[in-house]
Amino acid sequence: MELLMTNIKKSFDLVKVLKHAQIHVKSSEVHALMGENGAGKSTLMKILTGVYTKDEGTIVIDNKEVQIHSIRDSEKAKIAFIHQELNVLNEMSIVDNMFLGREITNKFGLLKKKEMKALATEKLQLLGLYVDADDSIKSISIGKRQLVEIAKALLLDAELIIMDEPTAALTEKEINLLFKVIRQLKEQGKSFIYISHRMEEIFEICDEITVMRDGTFIGQKKKAYTSFDEIVKMMVGYDLYERFPRIDIEPKDVLLKTENLTLEGKFEDVSFDVRAGEILGFSGLMGAGRTDVMHAIFGSCPATSGKIYVRGKEENIKSPKVAKKLGIGFITEDRKNEGIILDFNVSENLILPSLKDFTKSGLINNKMKLEETEHYKNKLNIKMASPTMKIANLSGGNQQKVVIAKWLHTNPSILILDEPTRGVDIGAKKEIYEIINGLKAAGVAIIIVSSELPEVLGICDRIAVMREKRLVKIFNRAEANQENIMDFATRG
Amino acid sequence: MIGTMNKVKGVYEKYGTVIVLLLLVVVISLMNPKFLTTYNILNIFRQVSINGLIALGMTFVILTGGIDLSVGAILGLSGMVLGLLILAGTPDVLAIIIVILFGATLGLLNGFLISKVKLQAFIVTLATMTMFQGITLIISDGIPAMGVTSNAKVLDFVSQGKTLGLPFPMIVFFIAFFLLYILIEKTVFGRSVYAVGGNEEVARLSSIATVKTKALVYVISGAMAALAGIILTSRLSSAQPTAGAGYELDAIAAVVIGGTSLAGGRGRIFGTLIGVLIIGVLNNGLNIIGVSSFYQQVIKGLVILVAVILDRKSSR
Repeated sequence: MELLMTNIKKSFDLVKVLKHAQIHVKSSEVHALMGENGAGKSTLMKILTGVYTKDEGTIVIDNKEVQIHSIRDSEKAKIAFIHQELNVLNEMSIVDNMFLGREITNKFGLLKKKEMKALATEKLQLLGLYVDADDSIKSISIGKRQLVEIAKALLLDAELIIMDEPTAALTEKEINLLFKVIRQLKEQGKSFIYISHRMEEIFEICDEITVMRDGTFIGQKKKAYTSFDEIVKMMVGYDLYERFPRIDIEPKDVLLKTENLTLEGKFEDVSFDVRAGEILGFSGLMGAGRTDVMHAIFGSCPATSGKIYVRGKEENIKSPKVAKKLGIGFITEDRKNEGIILDFNVSENLILPSLKDFTKSGLINNKMKLEETEHYKNKLNIKMASPTMKIANLSGGNQQKVVIAKWLHTNPSILILDEPTRGVDIGAKKEIYEIINGLKAAGVAIIIVSSELPEVLGICDRIAVMREKRLVKIFNRAEANQENIMDFATRG
Repeated sequence: MIGTMNKVKGVYEKYGTVIVLLLLVVVISLMNPKFLTTYNILNIFRQVSINGLIALGMTFVILTGGIDLSVGAILGLSGMVLGLLILAGTPDVLAIIIVILFGATLGLLNGFLISKVKLQAFIVTLATMTMFQGITLIISDGIPAMGVTSNAKVLDFVSQGKTLGLPFPMIVFFIAFFLLYILIEKTVFGRSVYAVGGNEEVARLSSIATVKTKALVYVISGAMAALAGIILTSRLSSAQPTAGAGYELDAIAAVVIGGTSLAGGRGRIFGTLIGVLIIGVLNNGLNIIGVSSFYQQVIKGLVILVAVILDRKSSR
């Protein structure tokens, strides 16, 4: 299918979200749509899928202008959208999820279960997914659920599949499987619009790249004739220079040390240490136990055996409260479920871990609260209209900065960051690295858990690799590279 | 045009329930001028104080995302314990203190089961409601405790007394409102309540004592129900074994009309005050303009629905 959207305009409440958007996808093509958060990518895709209606502009599919006013219209045009937060009902089976809303029934209105299962199984196997379609969807991994969503798109005869950050929650293996499926479908003539922040992936899987900024089409490039730097420059509007700024200082005392830390079923015999002024990276596949180790150190899900030493003294960290007292901060992986309260405003979120610091004779002091928020706004360059605006209305990068500020205020000497730049713009990513480097220079011991190898290699001093619940290797930065990290993460 | 629409929306978000309350007052007083007399207004405040006290406690519970169905039963049981203590010769001030602590303890039982044992609030308080009702019948033998206020001066004052010309239950309600307002809006505990309701996991990972917070809201709810039981018992001058039935639903209705979300994390205790008054004005006003009690129920139900619908619209 060939899709051409030109001169698309869209405003909400007088705010021009799309000023002049454009995208041209040819058949048998994987087309990346890039731009920072707020550039208008999702709005453009929502117009294409009938969630919003455009104010102006034309949508042409296979040389015929089409009108898309509803999700049904876009389905009829053979367009499918796979959302980042997969729209699956966890309690239902795979086949029920695939046919949700378009179940096949007989003339009495009863479900034709066998027929649906056969169709579902056929599409799943086409993608190399050999599972029982009657199994509940939660019994398969997130990577496989992604493939189920693609199979569902195939059921609808989709010719153009839009994928929004499809790899955000996938392991390396699952990503490879996904890419294999994408390539296979591309061979068969399907087209993809691929939205992602991960540059490496874009350059691996995509043929063409369209860049947007501020609701405007900036340019379209063939992958073969462009570079990381050029795309980034188009996205942010200026030269970013180094993606991973780095400072070199001599680490000092060991601030945190673990010995044979074990939580049955989650991780075993994990021993490592981190020094003041050092960044220790944690690499490994999803489910290798990295995040669980961090929860154990932070006391939110304590280990069953093994020892934790903080500043040389053995400590029993049985709750986040104890961890906080010991000067440990934890910026969690899942921002929406673990980091911020969406109903709260920015300053209310910011003060959560240190409520007591904001009281005068037992009562919360509003002025202190707002001043402190203002302070961090300037310090971390948080872009927000006011400290009392809802945090839900900030971009991902700015929300993440608020989460960081929340823990900076507790003045941690040990800071754990789990996927600190997930879903964050390139520009904001660099700012976050600079904040982390600032803490390193100030003598904080830092642990970064990250699934993005370039990030780990770019900013960490040492890199611990976990595989199947065990810490299998700690690299010095000089000896580590993508290949040997992946080797340790997957071998076995 | 859009600007004025947004303004209207903004005003509704802030003062919506207040506007509904004022409208009700205007309409009812136009239909019967007797409604808007000092005597009747004070009467409304006296009537709402019991439901009001329970609803204030309920607001804390609902803000954490929980629910307390046992408040009516706690009210009944506390009232009966008060009656029996007084009849057994306990000095009334002492009896009052004991009963409030007793209510708090019943609440602690709920809180323990919900926060520590991690059972669902609906089930726990449904079970304890049934138990507390049964215990009330057991200790009273199903017979009311009569003549509770005849030798108890303080209780008599609670029922009949006036301070600055205002009925005493109304004073108690407003003092409770003021203290709980400070507690929820201005203290660390209050922030923790909102945080637990907003997202318990975020709260826990922000080193907030979530288990303690969740348990404490039921203690507050229990204590407030006991306080309401004391006022009801002294007003009736007797403790009725089935006194508390249905109070939990009126309290939940008041909290919801006041704009607090049953999902937790969102709402204001000021809204509960207005919600309580809306229910009170409806009860009193519909009587005054002579609407049959059958129709009154239908109208009350409709008001709850309208309040929730408006609230949903405005929060979008």
